Amino acid sequence: MPDRTEWIASVEPERYELREPLRYEFHCDRRVFLQCAGAGLLISVFARTLDAQRGAAPASSAGRIHLGEDGFVTVLSGKVEEGQGPRTEFAAATAEELRLPVEKVRVVLADTQLVPNDWLTAGSRSTPVTVPLVRRAAAEARALLLATAAERWKVDASSFQINAGFVKSPDGKLTLGYADLAKSGGDPTGRPAELTPTAAWKTLGQPLVRVNAHDIITGAHAYPSGIQRPGMLYGCVLRPPSYGATLESVDLNAAKQMTGVVALRDGEFVACAAPTSYTARKAVAALAANARWQTKPQISSDELYAHLKKPDGDRQPQVQQSGSVQSGLQQASKKLTASYHIPYVAHSPMEPRTAVAEWTNGSLTVWTGTSNPFEVREDLAKSFHVDPSKVRVIVPDFGGGFGGKHTGEAALEAARLAKEAGKPVSLRWTRAEEFMWGYFRPAGVIDIEAGLDANGRLSAWDFTNYNSGPSAIASPYKLENTRTRFVYADSPLRSGSYRGLAATANNFARESFMDELSSAAGKDPLEFRLAHLENGRLRDVLLAAAERFGWQKRRKESKPNSGVGLACGTEKGSYVAACVEVELDRASGIPRLVEICEAFECGPVLNAKNLRLQVEGCILMGLGAALREEILFENGRLKNGSFTRYRVPRFKDTPKIETVLVERKDLEPAGAGETPIMAVAPAMANAIFAITGEPLRALPLRAKSGKGDSGSASIR
Amino acid sequence: MPAFRFNLNGRAQRIETEADRPLLEVLREDLGLIGVRYGCGEGQCRACTVLLDGRPVPSCVTPVRLAEGKSVLTVEGLAVNGKLHPVQQAFLEEGALQCGYCTSGMMLTAVALLKTTPNPTEQQVAEGMNNNLCRCCCYPSIVTAVRLAARLSAMNTQGVGHAG
Ligand code: FES
Ligand code: FES
Repeated sequence: MPDRTEWIASVEPERYELREPLRYEFHCDRRVFLQCAGAGLLISVFARTLDAQRGAAPASSAGRIHLGEDGFVTVLSGKVEEGQGPRTEFAAATAEELRLPVEKVRVVLADTQLVPNDWLTAGSRSTPVTVPLVRRAAAEARALLLATAAERWKVDASSFQINAGFVKSPDGKLTLGYADLAKSGGDPTGRPAELTPTAAWKTLGQPLVRVNAHDIITGAHAYPSGIQRPGMLYGCVLRPPSYGATLESVDLNAAKQMTGVVALRDGEFVACAAPTSYTARKAVAALAANARWQTKPQISSDELYAHLKKPDGDRQPQVQQSGSVQSGLQQASKKLTASYHIPYVAHSPMEPRTAVAEWTNGSLTVWTGTSNPFEVREDLAKSFHVDPSKVRVIVPDFGGGFGGKHTGEAALEAARLAKEAGKPVSLRWTRAEEFMWGYFRPAGVIDIEAGLDANGRLSAWDFTNYNSGPSAIASPYKLENTRTRFVYADSPLRSGSYRGLAATANNFARESFMDELSSAAGKDPLEFRLAHLENGRLRDVLLAAAERFGWQKRRKESKPNSGVGLACGTEKGSYVAACVEVELDRASGIPRLVEICEAFECGPVLNAKNLRLQVEGCILMGLGAALREEILFENGRLKNGSFTRYRVPRFKDTPKIETVLVERKDLEPAGAGETPIMAVAPAMANAIFAITGEPLRALPLRAKSGKGDSGSASIR
Repeated sequence: MPAFRFNLNGRAQRIETEADRPLLEVLREDLGLIGVRYGCGEGQCRACTVLLDGRPVPSCVTPVRLAEGKSVLTVEGLAVNGKLHPVQQAFLEEGALQCGYCTSGMMLTAVALLKTTPNPTEQQVAEGMNNNLCRCCCYPSIVTAVRLAARLSAMNTQGVGHAG
């Protein structure tokens, strides 16, 4: 599995490649029988340039839209559904372009045997990248319907209207629909069909409830942990007692003598399978009792920030600069520096990592919750020395990921156990395993130095992020002399993606520091930002949030132990700003978020219902990291690897939330599942700064009287 | 192995198994009720909530022997003859879910809450459901859904049916 930084390196370029204009090719395969949808016509669309660049097999080997003879249309995508809404988005996009009711569209996601490879589901890319592909293929089917009707009835295609998926002959006697097309076939028109313009949308843009919500509220939907196969066993893994520990010895007989138990050791992997989880756990407990481990000293969370600033190997920092920071600092009449600390946080999705694996005649099928089905298929094929065509990975809609399930650990483990047992095996990680053996949002140290000239304008900006990542590292403000650096470090804990990746950390530091600077310049934080902000979209959300919140007035009000703050930011093509009111318990230093007004803009709104859920979800998830989420570790063990100790947001933490959706119908849609998280923590930190006059420079936020590290700072 | 008898979603159920197995695992693994979900196994998230004699309990830390002679209601038993329970209807209408993994536990807790507090304020919902975690943080829309369910139940002359 690639580590975090390699992941960034391999994904960031892809984002830009995919935004280049693509050359599409279309294929229609007549009368294909699709396992999931019956007989019909399969339409593929793929981008030639992209596949050529990557040297990968063209995605056209799998179809995108299937017109069924039963009148149902099936859309196929390699994206996964983990709660962010692509399933419903694809259904709406298909229905829109085909002029069909949404109920006539089925969505098949992330079954490597059936769907095109849409790569990793991450980085808010389903909306800007996959939705257009789906729409292209659907528009092609619509064009095909019109062309076929025109030819059949010898009239001009432009004279037809499609109504609920049907066109009528000029005399009104005959109809032609997608099911007819599915039976008779047709040839692609040869040129890309027009996409429906935003202004004409009837289904896209509607607030839709998740299309398979009914299965969820009846309990019928099988999450990966709900997949049950005939004769299936339940697995349990013997985990090392601490990070870095290696196995010296274990006596498998302790487990093997239990009825129905399969026990195996393959190198460092030791696990049992049994007819019930209960027995599998007992078997592993018996192994744990006799296992001997060799441990290695590990960095603890107390030493973390010093450790992250030590140079690591010879990886060069990523540096971006313009102008000269040095001369900018020379011109400055005031110079400020600050250092920010960002701890590891856990994704802790409600459904821990899970997989069910089944071998049949040397072929492997795995049902698992991962955001990266095709990569997991590769991993499985490599690990078991079989051809990828013999491995099928199916990702049922699963119980949350937030960037924490880009890997396939449970899939490999279940497959290994199933091979040994000769029976299907279900392996669901425990919550404790999910905390300890998944990966974390990377910790980091962020150092900033900036200069203000005599007019209170920023004359220099020097920003260095150690370890936590380069997402949104560039300042959106107008700066002449600037340098940003991302410095690789040795991360003591395994880390990876997260909602918004490092954007949250970088924006926390930047936006908190902006308030220190505005205060040093004697300006209002809103004015100070606007004076340095040329980006119209960011200005718009900032002004929208400030106006709805009543910033001007509320900033001047003084309430004891309560204050207001704001922050804004942009990442992945969407824009966010938040104004908050925070109450501070002076004795403990613990803040409470009383109210948040957040404005968000991601182009045209595809589904307002889901957008609100995403924005609110991001706000509250961001609140968790601002208030108390922080992984603590010592001697290679987590000190708070459970829901009892690692406290995530609950109902009672929910503040008054006002969401302002700023819509830009004239732009291309961007994703919305990540960026709204990045304004929460800095806005809260700024509100606390307003109350106490002391800046906070560490997450989670604790004012001075409380415990916790508030970073180090100096004004020269 | 000892045998246990309880009423499961309105039907008599008998099961032979180890007495200290979590009810959660018996329901899922032996009885196929996959709507009951594991989230933590430590009584902290309530994804595994079932109603035991009408009271919400975390089935992950409830040994099966404690179900003896009682009635157990899971999400699978909420709808009667295909007719959704008002709480289900409200969650569906409001779309109060993202990944939906917490939804079963949320709905069962709400059913119990509405029985003692038929017309809860927002704050009462937050208080009454604070034990239930939603990692997707759908809290605002869940609060809306529970209050909608209260109105739907009031409109429904049969009350909350056998679940109540
Ligand atoms: S699984 Fe039972 S409380 Fe979390
Ligand atoms: S909807 Fe995902 S945990 Fe609640």
